[in-house]
Amino acid sequence: MTAPATTPDELGAAEPVSGRLSRWATSTALAVIPIGLAFLISAVILALLGVDPVAFFGDIVTAGITRESGRFDVITRMAPIMLIGCGMIFAFRASLWNLGIDGQFLLAAAFVAGLGPVVMANLPVPLGWVVLSLIAMVVGASWTLIPSLLKARYGTNEIVTSLMMSFIGVYLAVVLVSGPFDGPAAVPQTDAVPRDAMLMDIPGTSVHIGFLVALVVCFVTYLVFARTSFGTRVDVLGANPRAAIHLGINVPRLIVVTFFISGALAGLAASMDIQGIFGYMRADWNPAYGLAVVPLVFLARMNALALIPFAALFSLMSIGGQYAARRAHIPSDFVLLFVGVLLLCMVGTQYLNDKRARGEPLLPHSLRRAGRG
Amino acid sequence: MSVPLPVSHPSSTAAGSIPAVELIEITKAFPGVVANDHISLTAMPGEVLCLLGENGAGKSTLMSILSGLYQPDSGQIKVDGQAVRIDSPKSGRELGIGMVYQHLSLIPTMSVIENLMLGSNVGLILDEDAAHQRLHELSEMLGVHLDPNAIAGTLSLGQQQQIEIIKALWKGSRVLILDEPTTMLTPQGIEELQKVLRQVKGSGLAIIFITHKLHEAIAIGDRVAVLKLGRVVGHIERDVLTGETPHQLQQRIVGLMFGEQPVEQEADIAELREAASVARARRQMSDRPRLEVVDVVAEGAKGQYGIDGVSLAVRGGEILGVGGVDGNGQQALAQVIAGQQSLVRGDIRMGDASVVKLDVSERQRRGLRYVTDDRIGEGVVAPYAVSMNMVLKRIGQAPFWRRGAIDRTRINQTARELIDEFDIRTPHSETRIGALSGGNIQKTLLARELSFQPQVVVFNKPTHGLDVRTIAMVRGRIRELAEQGVAIVVISTDLDELVDLSDRVAVLFEGRIAGEVDVEPGAEVRIGELILGGAAA
Amino acid sequence: MDSLLSERFLTELIIGGIAAAIPLLYASLGELVAEQSGVLNVGLEGMMLVGAFAGFVATLETQSLLIGLAVGGIAGILVSLIMVLFCVRLGMDQIVVGIGIVLSAEGATSLLHSTWFSRSYPRVPSAEGLPIPFLSDIPVLGPSVFAQPWPVYFGLGLVVFMTWLLRKTTIGLNLRAAGERPDSLDAAGVSVVRVRTAAEITAGLLAGIGGAYMAIVAAGTFTPFLTNGAGFIAIVIAMIARGRPWWTVLGGLLFGMSLSIATALQLAGVKVPTAIVFMLPFVSVVLVLIIFARQSRLPSALGLPYHRGSR
Repeated sequence: MTAPATTPDELGAAEPVSGRLSRWATSTALAVIPIGLAFLISAVILALLGVDPVAFFGDIVTAGITRESGRFDVITRMAPIMLIGCGMIFAFRASLWNLGIDGQFLLAAAFVAGLGPVVMANLPVPLGWVVLSLIAMVVGASWTLIPSLLKARYGTNEIVTSLMMSFIGVYLAVVLVSGPFDGPAAVPQTDAVPRDAMLMDIPGTSVHIGFLVALVVCFVTYLVFARTSFGTRVDVLGANPRAAIHLGINVPRLIVVTFFISGALAGLAASMDIQGIFGYMRADWNPAYGLAVVPLVFLARMNALALIPFAALFSLMSIGGQYAARRAHIPSDFVLLFVGVLLLCMVGTQYLNDKRARGEPLLPHSLRRAGRG
Repeated sequence: MSVPLPVSHPSSTAAGSIPAVELIEITKAFPGVVANDHISLTAMPGEVLCLLGENGAGKSTLMSILSGLYQPDSGQIKVDGQAVRIDSPKSGRELGIGMVYQHLSLIPTMSVIENLMLGSNVGLILDEDAAHQRLHELSEMLGVHLDPNAIAGTLSLGQQQQIEIIKALWKGSRVLILDEPTTMLTPQGIEELQKVLRQVKGSGLAIIFITHKLHEAIAIGDRVAVLKLGRVVGHIERDVLTGETPHQLQQRIVGLMFGEQPVEQEADIAELREAASVARARRQMSDRPRLEVVDVVAEGAKGQYGIDGVSLAVRGGEILGVGGVDGNGQQALAQVIAGQQSLVRGDIRMGDASVVKLDVSERQRRGLRYVTDDRIGEGVVAPYAVSMNMVLKRIGQAPFWRRGAIDRTRINQTARELIDEFDIRTPHSETRIGALSGGNIQKTLLARELSFQPQVVVFNKPTHGLDVRTIAMVRGRIRELAEQGVAIVVISTDLDELVDLSDRVAVLFEGRIAGEVDVEPGAEVRIGELILGGAAA
Repeated sequence: MDSLLSERFLTELIIGGIAAAIPLLYASLGELVAEQSGVLNVGLEGMMLVGAFAGFVATLETQSLLIGLAVGGIAGILVSLIMVLFCVRLGMDQIVVGIGIVLSAEGATSLLHSTWFSRSYPRVPSAEGLPIPFLSDIPVLGPSVFAQPWPVYFGLGLVVFMTWLLRKTTIGLNLRAAGERPDSLDAAGVSVVRVRTAAEITAGLLAGIGGAYMAIVAAGTFTPFLTNGAGFIAIVIAMIARGRPWWTVLGGLLFGMSLSIATALQLAGVKVPTAIVFMLPFVSVVLVLIIFARQSRLPSALGLPYHRGSR
């Protein structure tokens, strides 16, 4: 089973320039067209619901772009998306379906929030940031071990196992936050880390440094796949697992390592959110990035640098969308619809492009014949 | 448009009447190649027509046209004397054309009777009684015994093929077409197949038997049509087939294939023995074996034998052939040596050290190379460029990766050199390797395996499915390697190839070495016996 | 402790368990059919949600359980047509399209709910039970198991029907062939696309009905994200069932009862964190997977069939 056939673009380095330009143009079109379509469809749906689409999107822009505080919010929100997206890139390029992100994320968040006050009380703050982040990464990564080991040793389908572990992880996080990590407040939530022990902001902004961390991770992820032998091995595993064995790649170990990285990045994302934005965690908190980030990763064609603008788009839709939705009296879940439609448009566009590349007619046989009457 | 089917009675022979199937000037072209070029053939009821041609002669295309998968660009097809259009596999079946493909299309997890009912059960509810009855009828006619409730995947390949034949005849047929049916069979299975075909003939059907093996065509066919590069280059009629000796027939066919002066070249079809015994250059061989397989036991994949206590030794500069019918343990042997599969018991040694605990890449580093028979499935990564595929066994190693980072220029440079050296036909070094022909993919594999100081090379069916020129090139390379002192194992089901290349041949039979034979004049007979299951003298 | 084992308590417990199990039974039965034919429906959650919403609205308007379930089923079919077009007919990646469906359905139903019901939060009356004579007089089991609303019995009947269909009919044979070796089915002259289309539509239908049941009977109303992962649980049940319909009953009961136990414990004031109880069925699934991993009872290549979907 492979992820949708996206030949990693980095591999065709010695092409003639014209070839590269046209490939670049195609890649851009493949990203822009679905977004445009999704906006169009969303506009229609909004209109059907009695909401003025122009005003709605205008509100998004106001909230997310025009206002400085809005801009900062959007950028802040990008951090966990980029980190989780990079984690997905590792897994998906290996054709491993890590659908357990939510469990990994929340469990790591529970530990960071639960242990935060204690750690910060006993360590210098910057060290505390690092320690908590490491704890988060370890927790997130270890939550991938059951699915990854089962897959590596017995070939057990990881969709099922990671999905199950996700549910368990989410509930376990609730148990932890309501139990051992429960704070003094009346509702089940952890104690809070003092404001000055939270992640510092980038000077001149109200964006915490988690964003810089995410940028670095994106860059590193990109380099791993563009340049390193490890990245090549992961890609080969994703492209042809049997060949991977034949070629001498240690497949079981690679499966575990890839999943591990994926979970670790989910944990890091949790650490950034808790330490950067909230300082504590409520038992019922679940931003549910697990599914929503998937379309972005595919839109970016699993390229970590390309992920950044898409993360920005999603973040904008989330933050701005929340504001616009409130004003239009519709739930902020509208973003989910947008992202879902976006994914479907993307799949369709990709499919048409593949047909075009193979020199096949774009319309299915039956429709063409029907068209000829 | 449907033509009423004749009821097949065992006693009726319709020889001499209207052809069951007639192809008239069938032409089919694909981009760049004319697969079938004005082909005309007739298949008479009660007769076996052999289509003889090497790989690439156009046989499969012709088959696909007859079965309804493709439409011919021009030409006509007649069934029982009436012109028809076969525009789908379904209409092919309705016209009475039964196909048995080379690669069995049974569903391994379902029972025999379920497989037979697939696609042929009339009505919503499965009528098992009717199916049982029909199975009984046809089994009687063919003289075979099959357990209706046996799970198809557990049966031998020969029995599975019998089910396919029954399936092809299920709804009443006029023509039975078999595509290279003997490739997967044991000698016993081949005999049984011949018996079955005689029964089928006797009940009045026409049989079209497609093969690339000359001796088969002569032995099984009542008439032979020789195909070459999309054309019928000659017919051999009944009286000639029965009148001349096999040797004369061989000459005649070779003449048809290669013109007046038959060129001496190794080819599946020509099966020419080298005119004089080629004086095997006395190669220098190392004293100690470079590769040893010591009493190894390993599991086989489903439906195949594993190996049960196999021991082999190969010296540097020596070519050891491993022969035997497919499925007798070759896969397990190759995988275990390469490190892709772990053994249950035994040892594998390279030089003086045991490598059993080393994984695939570690063995590669010690100089072990494995040219797999499954080129597309595990040999290459189809969406990747040719150049990339060349270095995939050296991921992370200098000079292609320096300190972890890839050096594409170097990869491309090396790739271009290798493409030249191995005569790989590709538009560009960056072309997707999946777009290349089988022969060029194999050349890429060879380039990859043979160009980085190999010490021990295992070849698994290295010339399978290749055209004549590439076969010659591959065999040449293998000999070259031996001359350079590399220890070589060639696993092959082709007896001639084994005799041509090897210094010694070990025969695998049901997971054990039935015997080892030094290759000298007359060795083929001995080896052939061992392949058939005779014990070592 | 008395109150825990009182008749009334146990009865309510079982009723709640079955109410939670039925949506899973329907959805996983539908998914089983689809998976047998080689289609993996990650979007099942979306089909259930849409069915839940549509069915709820229909029952609200008509006060009829039957119409509600029927409308829910039709809604589910409409969503499954996306999978039919994109994946079965055109061969696109099933998992990606499935995720797209889930996201879209979550957003869409939430939007629709807020547009129409954000102020009112209407409820539908609870469904009438159909008592089976004699059996419904058994203590505890009687009023709970044998006096369920008719869709419960219908669902069990469906399981029987599916068992028969898969083993004894041409449709069932074709279905299994499509999932095992589509090229063999094709060679036998049966359209793989048609078989998979029918299977996929069945999955949509049953998922829609399951979702509708959840909203109308189990919850009595629709709230956004009502299904709360039921669609994914149904996928797992179907995978473990591997073509044996009765396992959907077992799986449904396992998850349903654990949900019911959780609520019941809360009501009884027992201090077990509900989250732990919710966790239990998932933990048991994982344990099963671990214990039976070695025997590879589960086809690791479930993803494979869908790959062969592109002829």
